[in-house]
Amino acid sequence: MCLAMPALVRKVDGDQAEVEMGGNVWQVKTGLVPNLKPGDYVLLHAGFALEKIDPEQAEETLRLLEEAYGEAANS
Amino acid sequence: MVKQPIADGFRDRKLAERLVAKIRELVPAGRTLRLMEVCGTHTMAISRTGIRSALAGKVDLISGPGCPVCVTAAEDIDRMIACADLPNTTVTTFGDMMRVPGSRRSLEEARAAGAKVQVVSSPATAVELAKTDRQRNVVFLGVGFETTAPTVAMSVAAAEEAGLDNFCIYSAHKRIEPAMGALLQDPGVTLDGFICPGHVAVVLGRQGFEFLAKRFHFPAVVAGFEPVDILAAILELVTMWHTGQPAVVNAYGRVVREEGNRDAREMIERFFVADDSEWRGLGFIADSGLFLRQEYERFDARRLLDSVPVTAEDRERKKLLAACRCGDVLKGKIKPLDCPLFASRCQPEDPVGPCMVSSEGACAAYFRFERGQGGRNG
Repeated sequence: MCLAMPALVRKVDGDQAEVEMGGNVWQVKTGLVPNLKPGDYVLLHAGFALEKIDPEQAEETLRLLEEAYGEAANS
Repeated sequence: MVKQPIADGFRDRKLAERLVAKIRELVPAGRTLRLMEVCGTHTMAISRTGIRSALAGKVDLISGPGCPVCVTAAEDIDRMIACADLPNTTVTTFGDMMRVPGSRRSLEEARAAGAKVQVVSSPATAVELAKTDRQRNVVFLGVGFETTAPTVAMSVAAAEEAGLDNFCIYSAHKRIEPAMGALLQDPGVTLDGFICPGHVAVVLGRQGFEFLAKRFHFPAVVAGFEPVDILAAILELVTMWHTGQPAVVNAYGRVVREEGNRDAREMIERFFVADDSEWRGLGFIADSGLFLRQEYERFDARRLLDSVPVTAEDRERKKLLAACRCGDVLKGKIKPLDCPLFASRCQPEDPVGPCMVSSEGACAAYFRFERGQGGRNG
């Protein structure tokens, strides 16, 4: 029920945005996440953008995990 | 397929395998850690990706009350289905509610019998329906935790802005915090850590789960939903178990902020008020339900069902039953005198629980013979 999917913002128009997810284009409401821009990644839930996804933070998390437990970590 | 820099790395099989190996290495022989996830999406992911079997013997992953449909009380289910009987009304719902059996029938069966029931993927669609046909009432069935409640609040806001008088919701929304607290206070439940629901945390923030460490000195990790997310969270819990220093760690930093989504929390706050609510299997839990505030009563489908006094009475009766400690008396956990209802609200002439009904019941026996010996209300 709390399923939420990442999507790429393509266009923003007022309190709506056109987003791309899995090759499909959807119209979603953006009232819960102000200041969206095309190119942002968002988490979608029940037809609403629920939060922006931070790609840098995603990379940082993965980098730390790879450093600690990845192949190079020789753990 | 959209390139998903945010997801691909978290599906890396090699990294996942190394995390599994590390977890298995850290849990000592002969010990199995019991970790609970309280999100249906986690439950699905853990089963689907094979994480449960990969960690078997080392980590038991226990599914908590994380499926909102599953924890919805039978009475709420019945009342939601009853919305389909209202005249000139379309009931709108997320798809997973359709086949849930009420005590008489499901929404699917109601639809087959001629009721107008429409599955929507967003509460916003329900508002659009109400706008399109102002002569017809539209009821949206609001089920879900703090992830979903803001989207439903947004829809009530949209209906208010559009001046709609033909849109309302039946809110059976739940707050996860009181349920997690109730589990930790149940001596029959033994756990070593919580895997916190990542998408509830998107709204509430990491701080929304801080009470687990502060109040309960209990370790918890906010986790995402890809295999690496879940395994990294489990590894963090295992590490905390080793160090014996419980904390609430955010392992889903790409979408979960410390304070969560403030706009979403404000929407919940504006439209909903927390009150006691019944959970299937867990009973009544204080302040665990989200009900429409009185000033938005015109958007509340509860007022259309039967009469309000019955609802209030029902809730009072359920609260009373929830306070009854017959279960604990029967298990020998407490004496009848320790029950707050004993001999005050609950007496043989007007009993609340079974132990006071039966003439051989412990409470009835204590009522007759034991009240003078240090008992209360005696």
